[in-house]
Amino acid sequence: MKRFLARGYAALIYLFLYAPILILIVFSFNASKSRGNWAGFTLNWYLELFQDRQIMKALYYTMVIAVLSAIIATVIGTAAAIGIHNMKRLKKTIVMNLTYIPVVNPDIVTGLSLMLLFIFTNLQLGFVSLLLAHITFNIPYVILSVLPKLKQLDKNLYEAALDLGATPLYAYRKVILPEIMPGIVTGLLLAFTLSVDDFVVSFFTTGSGVSTLSIIVYSMARRGINPKINALSSLLFLTVLILLVIVNFRSGENKNKE
Amino acid sequence: MRRNWLSYPYLFWVLLFILLPLLLVLYYSITSITGEGIRFTLEHFQRFMEPIYLRVLFRSVKLAFISTVLCLLLGYPMAMILAGKNFKKKNVMVFLFVVPMWMNFLLRTYAWMTLLEKNGLINTFLARLGLSPLNILYTEKAVVLGMVYNFLPFMVLPIYSVLSKIDKSLIEAAEDLGANGITVFRKVIFPLSLPGVASGITMVFMPAVTTFVISRLLGGGQFTLIGNLIEQQFLVAGDWNFGSAISMVMMAVILLSIGIMSRYERENEGGGLW
Repeated sequence: MKRFLARGYAALIYLFLYAPILILIVFSFNASKSRGNWAGFTLNWYLELFQDRQIMKALYYTMVIAVLSAIIATVIGTAAAIGIHNMKRLKKTIVMNLTYIPVVNPDIVTGLSLMLLFIFTNLQLGFVSLLLAHITFNIPYVILSVLPKLKQLDKNLYEAALDLGATPLYAYRKVILPEIMPGIVTGLLLAFTLSVDDFVVSFFTTGSGVSTLSIIVYSMARRGINPKINALSSLLFLTVLILLVIVNFRSGENKNKE
Repeated sequence: MRRNWLSYPYLFWVLLFILLPLLLVLYYSITSITGEGIRFTLEHFQRFMEPIYLRVLFRSVKLAFISTVLCLLLGYPMAMILAGKNFKKKNVMVFLFVVPMWMNFLLRTYAWMTLLEKNGLINTFLARLGLSPLNILYTEKAVVLGMVYNFLPFMVLPIYSVLSKIDKSLIEAAEDLGANGITVFRKVIFPLSLPGVASGITMVFMPAVTTFVISRLLGGGQFTLIGNLIEQQFLVAGDWNFGSAISMVMMAVILLSIGIMSRYERENEGGGLW
């Protein structure tokens, strides 16, 4: 009886979580514009989506910003993590507290404070400002995924490499980097996902002419409901789902190896 | 191995893109430009004390609080079920809670817009059953629903992770000593799960109190929250000083709630078991 209740409750919660998304996806194939009635299967909304130049441009910007910001954040963040790992206690605590600022701060404050900075320094709001903002909120997540790997590392490995005649740089490249690679890749994927997913920071730091998909969704949704958003949402949902399955699968594999 | 210099680019980045912007917000919140130049003032904070703005702050805290309580009531039993041992596909079940966390909250909010709409699926369904339509879109109820929907996983997962780490022998010991199910929960399980509850509350309350999207899309602009007010000041009214002052107030609310909650988390981590 207790078990039955638990299952029923869990089922209801999952229904609550997933039904709205599934309905959204199903109705992206609905021939009628109405959200209440099913009028037959169509791919028209998807076709319209791909013919919409504004949306295609936003897709392009979303991808370029996500790839660039993820790569740059991974480089800066990995280097930072190695540096932080070797810091003395007090310095480490200070830097880690700074690292948590963008994680803890409300997105809206991160977004508007960056906007103030860009306007203050006369940087025109647009592609560059958007990229800088995305790198800024991505770096902490890279650091936080690389640091645990560095902590697991056996200190003797690096010294053994040096004893065997490796230069410090060579030892890093051949010994340390391969060991922390899983953390770096997780950080990269995380940064990419966060960038694609972001709305609030982008909303404040972008200028006219440069939009990401989330910004398009917001401005369309504000004007009311449009089946094209359903189609776009379904595609975005699928992308995030695939990325998550990959990340999850990777970390599962790593655990098995250990 | 000293490789401190590797973090210098990052430290530079932190100074330029994290600390400096926040200092700018602080600067704008305590200055104003007059005919004679820039002067320091607290007038923007004073303006925020006007009833019209305090009401906005009150409403934000109220709606976020209601949503947090609802998330806790709905989420705690769910976390217990997930942590329970009688599930075979536990990993998949937990993963299904992680997925929505990563899904764009705009899309999740938009999904409810289409459901709650006057001619949406829920109302069509109710009409077919001969029931009266549900008109909650663009009300406070819809905003709360949107918040609960968006943030429920953030409550469930931290509680789940604390619950699944509880030493089972403690529960058995309590049972051996004659405690019934309710007593075990009240005296053992619940106190041990408090760190998870505290971080769940923080993770739900924070985004709920700062949101401007959920209130804009589901509240239709009538139910202005503090996030909307900030957005308006920066993007519509162009009053950066006042906007910055409100942001400072919002950060203070956030820091305060994190402070309260983290003290709770730590106290329990240290002394919970003994």
